[in-house]
Amino acid sequence: MKLLVAVKRVIDYNVKPRVKADGTGVDLANVKMSMNPFDEIAVEEALRLREKGVATEVIAVSIGPVKATETLRTALAMGADRAILIQTDDEVEPLAVAKLLAKVAEEEQPGLVILGKQAIDDDSNQTGQMLAALLNWPQGTFASKVEVSDGKVDVTREVDGGLETVKLNTPAVVTTDLRLNEPRYASLPNIMKAKSKPLAQKTPADYGVDTALRLTTLKVEEPSKRQAGVKVASVDELIGKLKTLGVVA
Amino acid sequence: MSVALVLVEHEGGAVKDATLAAVTAASQLGEVHLLVAGQSVGGVAQAAAKIAGVAKVHVADGAAYAHNLAENVAPVAVALVRDHCDYFLAPATTTGKNIAPRVAALLDVMQVSEILSVEGPDTFTRPIYAGNAIATVKSSDAKKVITVRGTAFAKAAREGGSGTVEAVSGGGDAGVSSFVGAELSKSERPELTSAKVIVSGGRAFGSSEQFHALLDPLADKLKAGVGASRAAVDAGYAPNDYQVGQTGKIVAPEVYIAIGISGAIQHLAGMKDSKTIVAINKDEDAPIFQVADVGLVGDLFKIVPELTEKL
Repeated sequence: MKLLVAVKRVIDYNVKPRVKADGTGVDLANVKMSMNPFDEIAVEEALRLREKGVATEVIAVSIGPVKATETLRTALAMGADRAILIQTDDEVEPLAVAKLLAKVAEEEQPGLVILGKQAIDDDSNQTGQMLAALLNWPQGTFASKVEVSDGKVDVTREVDGGLETVKLNTPAVVTTDLRLNEPRYASLPNIMKAKSKPLAQKTPADYGVDTALRLTTLKVEEPSKRQAGVKVASVDELIGKLKTLGVVA
Repeated sequence: MSVALVLVEHEGGAVKDATLAAVTAASQLGEVHLLVAGQSVGGVAQAAAKIAGVAKVHVADGAAYAHNLAENVAPVAVALVRDHCDYFLAPATTTGKNIAPRVAALLDVMQVSEILSVEGPDTFTRPIYAGNAIATVKSSDAKKVITVRGTAFAKAAREGGSGTVEAVSGGGDAGVSSFVGAELSKSERPELTSAKVIVSGGRAFGSSEQFHALLDPLADKLKAGVGASRAAVDAGYAPNDYQVGQTGKIVAPEVYIAIGISGAIQHLAGMKDSKTIVAINKDEDAPIFQVADVGLVGDLFKIVPELTEKL
């Protein structure tokens, strides 16, 4: 089966986001950008399924500006076979992303679409579930284990109470949680090789998807800041503080 | 008047606290209706009808709804919202986050995730970038699908309402997914999202044995829930449901005691709304001290046992 993996270019995990002074958003000028960490896990999982012989081809898709090509090249360097960039400079909301991915899925007919459970910029945690809904496929969200056999996929999910396993018919949508795997680093030869792998360029119009925003951002602000408090020098002093706070009698 | 339908999250026949926060958010938007989906959930529906401010409880009872499979539950919500409601709200728990976007897409609506406040009938605030920014967003969709951050809204009272209870048929089993099993953490301790006190440990504990040997007695003394940083969970010191942070649990207890946790932004995103933060760390420059009300610099292997003993 084919596997489709969606990857997003986002602010790097280690960068502290700064709100723009005019309140219109977060300042991304000259900020290091990387592949969304959950999407790296999605790519890794797809590659492992191909290495196990479950899948034959891994296709990476990204929706975003021309620079998202770099993110796709990273996926190719990790080992994906080919890539599709749906290029737009506009902001694209999860619903529109899901619609575009649904069109790609209809074209490519993958057995699984694997996505990160959320992007660390907008923290929406929606795209995979929406894609599953639009395709009328089952969904295995927040996956910490994925096992494919006999046309079904068993997905172990990280839920609030612990772990839960569901069995899904394929094709299905899987979204990744942190503990699914540890993504590999791309080796230098593979980075070189990735440059010649096929990367198709499309636009949202090619798929006939309307990406007009449904949510308007009125303003973006810094959250109220906590003030650093006091440092105490001993456990006794700490207990004194806890008593004042009423935590201990 | 607008109608706001809230997905009830329940366990062992009881309505979970996160639902009560979603009810409060819903009450700011319209008449509150609830959706209880599950198997043999008559008792849950009766309990839900008593929640303050609830006008009506819709009950989908059947084996297909026993395990919150999104494929089976979402169509029930979609049918109700399409015909009767202006809003669909779910708690921003793993259950709500699994089901609500599926409902949104089936209604062709862009979901507003993890709202912190209701600013108007179509305007909400929500955290982005791990809570390092708060966006105010206005939805142009006719119907609105929303998940609600439990720590951002007061909990509606469990008593005081007198809603009517009505059965809905729903589509039953979509036939594409099934529940295999669950390994749920069993604990006598308070659940993290509703605990008044949380003690939370990081990678500095060095092993699962030391994590539990040191933190469990302290938690017992303080009647606290136990949490962990991502690093501690990744290292296998604690199970995944202990994780506090951007992609784990969001908590806001009266007191959060962070021990051996440096304070990465992803961790702070999950606990910085705690009323009082206490930090114990050997590195005096650890970022956790920038948000802590009380800090103690030192070796946790000495401090934690001493603290437990003296409490």
